[in-house]
Amino acid sequence: MKIIILGAGQVGATLADNLASEQNDVTVIDTDPALLEDLQERLDIRTVQGHASYPNVLRRAGADDADMIIAVTESDETNMLACKVAYTLFHTPTKIARVRAAEYLREDRLFESDALAIDMHISPEQLVTDYIQRLIEYPGSLQVVDFADGRVRLVGVKAYYGGPLVSRQLRELPEHLPGIDARVAAIYRRGKPIIPEGDTIIEAEDEVFFVAARAHIPKIIAELRRSDKPVKRVMLAGGGRIGLRLARVLEDRIQVKLLEKYKERARYLSEELSKSIVLHGDAADEGLLREENIEDCDVFCAITNDDEANILSAMLAKRLGARKSLCLINRPSYVELVEGSDIDIAISPQQSTVSALLARVRRGDVVKVHSLRRGAAEAIEAVAHGDPSNSRVVGKALADIKLPPGTTIGAIVRGDEVIIAHHHTVIEAEDHVILFLVNRRHVKDVEKLFQVGLTFF
Amino acid sequence: MPLVDAKRHRIHRFAAVQRVIGVLLMIFSVTMLPPVAVSHFYDNAVEHAFLTAMLVTLSSGALLWWPVRNGRSELKIRDGFLVVVLFWVVLGVYGAIPFYIAPRPEVTIAQAVFESISGLTTTGATVLVGIEHLPEGIRYYRQQLQWLGGMGIVVLAVAILPMLGIGGMQLYKAETPGPVKDNKLTPRIVETARALWIIYFGLTVSCAVAYQWAGMSWFDAIGHSFSTVAIGGFSTYDASMGHFNSTLIEGIAVIFMILAAANFSLHFAAWRARSFSVYRLDPEFRAFILTLAGLSVVASALLFGSQHMDFGESLITGLFQVVSYGTTTGYTTADITHWPSFLPAMLLLASFIGGCAHSTAGGMKVVRVMLVFKQGIREVVRLIHPSAEIPVKLGNKVVSREVVQAVWGFTSIYMGFFVLLLIAMLATGLDLVTAFAAVAACINNLGPGLGEVSSNFAGMNDVALWIGTYAMLLGRLELFPLLVLMTPYFWRR
Repeated sequence: MKIIILGAGQVGATLADNLASEQNDVTVIDTDPALLEDLQERLDIRTVQGHASYPNVLRRAGADDADMIIAVTESDETNMLACKVAYTLFHTPTKIARVRAAEYLREDRLFESDALAIDMHISPEQLVTDYIQRLIEYPGSLQVVDFADGRVRLVGVKAYYGGPLVSRQLRELPEHLPGIDARVAAIYRRGKPIIPEGDTIIEAEDEVFFVAARAHIPKIIAELRRSDKPVKRVMLAGGGRIGLRLARVLEDRIQVKLLEKYKERARYLSEELSKSIVLHGDAADEGLLREENIEDCDVFCAITNDDEANILSAMLAKRLGARKSLCLINRPSYVELVEGSDIDIAISPQQSTVSALLARVRRGDVVKVHSLRRGAAEAIEAVAHGDPSNSRVVGKALADIKLPPGTTIGAIVRGDEVIIAHHHTVIEAEDHVILFLVNRRHVKDVEKLFQVGLTFF
Repeated sequence: MPLVDAKRHRIHRFAAVQRVIGVLLMIFSVTMLPPVAVSHFYDNAVEHAFLTAMLVTLSSGALLWWPVRNGRSELKIRDGFLVVVLFWVVLGVYGAIPFYIAPRPEVTIAQAVFESISGLTTTGATVLVGIEHLPEGIRYYRQQLQWLGGMGIVVLAVAILPMLGIGGMQLYKAETPGPVKDNKLTPRIVETARALWIIYFGLTVSCAVAYQWAGMSWFDAIGHSFSTVAIGGFSTYDASMGHFNSTLIEGIAVIFMILAAANFSLHFAAWRARSFSVYRLDPEFRAFILTLAGLSVVASALLFGSQHMDFGESLITGLFQVVSYGTTTGYTTADITHWPSFLPAMLLLASFIGGCAHSTAGGMKVVRVMLVFKQGIREVVRLIHPSAEIPVKLGNKVVSREVVQAVWGFTSIYMGFFVLLLIAMLATGLDLVTAFAAVAACINNLGPGLGEVSSNFAGMNDVALWIGTYAMLLGRLELFPLLVLMTPYFWRR
């Protein structure tokens, strides 16, 4: 596939890295030659220097026969315009743009084919906001991933001493929770992944990832931990777009304190929000945190633009007594460094954006790919198309499907129904299948598995 | 000669104001005609009083207008202060003429002016007793004065005071749609004023029809509709609304008092949008209704407990009195002096809150009280969270610091003047309760007070009446125009 990526920033570069290694022809456009040079050296791609929405620049990048354009420059306007230009001049089939400003996102009509003609728009702020919101919904959770429009969720929690299921074998799960179906997808013990089997015993301090229908999740979390109190007080450090969005969605249900460094911005935030308390000050100011009762805070989110400041303030908040501390980190290398230290959860907007984009870029049958914590395992949502004659999955019981090594099937979503996978379950056409891979190298094998034979067309 | 030059310049400077006041007086003289007709119809001998007053007013107006009729100078924002003050002072004085020269009632100059200003400022405090025995012409004229005063408030105060930025009312300036020119009174204001006048007129007509339907004679219905919609409180009977002793009439009065005490811009917006959600969404109107509802519950419960009233009676009496006092109308249905003293005090204090901004009601206005309250909360929260940014908001809109400051300033000056006038009243020999109630009744444009002034001001000495007159003007003009004129800065060029 020929793909043009506009913008060689962190998202653009990560995308290029991923896509180039998956046998695609990737061309990257950016105005900064230094960035392009750096990419060119590392990756097997083409680069074009110039303004991303200029038709001549796009033409030079081979827009005439490109299959896809992914616009991820810093500017919303450039991204949207580039898609429109590609649509009008080059009839590019797939156009994806990153759009940050909520002012645009609010208007769905804008993106339709007779308007801006953008097939998919991605807002990293929205992704991160949704993500943090889900984490707050389940107080004990480390990671929450939606599948099939939120009908099925993958949740990661840390098992505690005293949780009813701790020190038990996995096969006892149904006895503990009659009527509730859940499947443990992966377990990390001391940072290493374990493929869960029926006789695996959950130990305290294990990070357990399980998949279940949305309604059942709180009960399952309660089995693994002593009951967590619901989140009542949240402190957000950083009043950028994410901070504002989060405060807005949270403030009706829970008490929100929002820390902002700049006086002017703090004033603006206080005017925009109705119930949140906006504080002007530095997130790493111990005096301020104590004054605002950080020890009673249920969740502390460090969400400024500055990775180092985020890490330090999140660590400080945890030390000062915050129950859980979240931290926004842009640099991929920091993410693994930080998780498991004082900071409970590291969130990477880049990673969220990239995985959202990748899901789209990869074969259409794979709807969603999510890296689990620490990136060592992936969760994939794939749609089974075709019929028994041309598909390798449709009409087969799970036990009969030849899965790549280290892969398990977690759940199947059929219409509105959620079926937790068992050996005898038979996959039907249009089922959404949720799989786990311990090794991401096998993502491609899964894609192949779900591809329909030629007769389908 | 520089002196002469300066003098000519001064004449020139206020020529526009002089022209406006001249025209105003001439128009005002025409309003003496309906009382003439009423007198004629009821065949009582006060026609000549009105005709004389009309003649005096007309010629005064013409004399003022004639020398400057060709002047080209336009009204400036600053002239607005003079116009609004003169509107009430000059018309108040000329409006007193019929009271003074009519054979009945017999009143002193102070009483005549007090009665006239009380009418025009829609206060409703009266020096007259035995009103039902007065000539119909005079009885009608009092009601009409209130109506004209209410119209003056709606048109002048609503259109002009916000432009002058008085006591935080610039809050509403930004909300008037379309560009508001900053230095002169443009056609924009004429249009606004006309729309407001139509609403005012419409309310009056529907109120009069409703009263008549509920059992009043046309004379009483029109008279009371005038004083209801103007939030005045004059009645054609000594016993006020209590004379009719009708729950239906009291209910109608409650509805129209609330409507008249609501922000007229809201009526305008609701009429334009053809929807009632405007009222529901307006934070001031909501606070106003909630306050009235809360006070009514308290009043009714206390009446039920302490007086020999059944449930329904205590409910309607409580509601009526709270709305009447809360909106600063000042109708009464019962002698509140016999109630437990908590209630009259509460009612009198409720009149400090008054109605909504941009209405014919008096008091400090709900929006100002809200802002003072919110600012207070803000200070408390600030003590708990010293580094928090806490804006003061009305609904979802942030109120600028200048407005909040102006409102604080207004409130403190209001209270300051209240105390000063109270001391002055006491100095004329009144007792504390009477003086307190009289000042509150006047400055809030309420009408009836407590003690000696619980139903009328007939027993007051002339000095106290002049003080009351001044207080009514202060309250009606939202303090500042009067204060501005009393400073040398205004007259200095």
